[in-house]
Amino acid sequence: MNLESLYQEIILDHYKHGRGKGLREPFDAQVQHVNPTCGDEITLRVALHDAVVQDISYAAMGCSISQASTSVMYELLNGKPLGEVWPIHEAFVKMIEGRGKVEPDEDVLGDGIAFAGVASYPARVKCALLGWMAFKDATVQALGKDYT
Amino acid sequence: MSPLDVATLRKDFPILSRTVRNDRDLVYLDSGATSQKPAVVLDAERDFYETRNAAVHRGAHQLAEEATDAFEMARATIAAFVGGHVSEVVFTRNATEALNLVAYAFQNATADAGPDRFVLEPGDEILITEMEHHANLVPWQQVARRTGATLRWFGVTDDGRLDFDPSMITDRTKVVSLTHQSNVLGTINPVAQVAAAAHEVGALVVVDACQSVPHMPVDVHALGADFIAFSGHKMLAPTGVGVLWGRADLLAQMPPMLTGGSMIEQVFMDHSTFAAPPQRFEAGVPNIAQAVALGVACDYLTDVGLQAIHEHEVYLTGLALEGLAGLPGIRIIGPTDLADRGGAVSFVADGIHSHDLGQVLDDSGVAVRVGHHCAWPLHRRFGVAATTRATFYLYNDEQDVAALVEGTKRALEFFA
Ligand SMILES: Cc1ncc(COP(=O)(O)O)c(C=O)c1O
Repeated sequence: MNLESLYQEIILDHYKHGRGKGLREPFDAQVQHVNPTCGDEITLRVALHDAVVQDISYAAMGCSISQASTSVMYELLNGKPLGEVWPIHEAFVKMIEGRGKVEPDEDVLGDGIAFAGVASYPARVKCALLGWMAFKDATVQALGKDYT
Repeated sequence: MSPLDVATLRKDFPILSRTVRNDRDLVYLDSGATSQKPAVVLDAERDFYETRNAAVHRGAHQLAEEATDAFEMARATIAAFVGGHVSEVVFTRNATEALNLVAYAFQNATADAGPDRFVLEPGDEILITEMEHHANLVPWQQVARRTGATLRWFGVTDDGRLDFDPSMITDRTKVVSLTHQSNVLGTINPVAQVAAAAHEVGALVVVDACQSVPHMPVDVHALGADFIAFSGHKMLAPTGVGVLWGRADLLAQMPPMLTGGSMIEQVFMDHSTFAAPPQRFEAGVPNIAQAVALGVACDYLTDVGLQAIHEHEVYLTGLALEGLAGLPGIRIIGPTDLADRGGAVSFVADGIHSHDLGQVLDDSGVAVRVGHHCAWPLHRRFGVAATTRATFYLYNDEQDVAALVEGTKRALEFFA
């Protein structure tokens, strides 16, 4: 494992030019997640309509890995029906937590496979998942709201 | 110039000869988190288990006697190391537990209408500082919440010094708890001066000596402290053992935090009486081999010389500050002069998160700490979420500092 395979071009690009950044209206749920070991934080909003992700908007402070993975997540999940969202989400988490032993499927993960190298650095796993966990939390809350 | 023969000392530390990440020599600059251990300390721990292992203060057999002797001799060594009496040294798991032990004394005394010195009431004040490690902050928040006392704190100046305002110490102040040396800024606080002011109003003084006892000569009486806390693992000893030193007359009044075996005097079905200190505060079988090894670590440090270690670290700190100042976009969080300063250098780099900077350093074999180093409010004070921190010890040398500066330069280029 070397630095270049951890910090792939795609990651550095998303870090420098985050997609979908900013907090927008309307939204159905907003969450705030922090990484208590390094103090990184994200505020993330989800807007759902008919089980389709209408918008993911966020304001985050953190390292390149956490910033870029949230940006890639925006591209991968925004606008998709939840039926497509969850398999991508699950595959990403599985790859990141896989200690480098999970072969990522590019058809499912797209640019997300650039983060495969993170799995070899256990200390960075939480960074890569910060935005993804916030999204899951917000979406579950938004769904709960739908049904009440 | 360093007063230490580092090349010779390094041979005592087996781990320093290993390589990391693609065969790089290990450059260990994270002793502020935990120190590496010399072979004599590791041998002492193993030797205890191989030749004298038994529970202390229990049983009449020879092994129990020898184990108890070794444990109590370590206590005496540690007491002498900080200038205290052997009955004033309480073994804990680490500094965090030692600080909690004092905090709980206030909580428990308040709940039980215990000795006055430890009872807190609404209107009473607990005074800490903005540069505290969470271990000397969160326990006091809890005490304040549970007793109704008010938590106040001294601020920190822009150049990372304690903003000591004596007028904050008043008749309402019941306890002042502060760090001797900041684990982030490297600042050495004027503890004796603060303690004198605190004692004038009858307040108790607790000192978090986690980053001072391993690195410089510390004498509890010269400090003017009533309690000091430190961790063995930061001073060449194994994990699992820490120390609370407390003034004998105060320990004698203090209620215990943990209760159970080994800390009692008499036990009946409906009540118990407690042993005298230090046993009163050592419930259960302690980390015996680790305490014995801590005694050996103290001897090792004494042999090398604490003043020499301090001067060595100040020398390396000077080199690091100078080297980092030569790089663009680096901001030091902490004093940039060497007066009253120890070997912790924390910094931020424009446009690079400390996690990323630390990753590049790691790729160069340099182990540093990144994040808030358990001092989140202090980082907030400086408007940063995280810093990169290098900490020095007796086994670090000029090459280590050069590797830090070179690695930081590489990170700046990588993320340019
Ligand atoms: C200043 C200071 N206080 C307290 C602690 C807590 O030490 P421990 O985790 O060993 O209890 C540390 C270590 O991180 C420290 O640097």
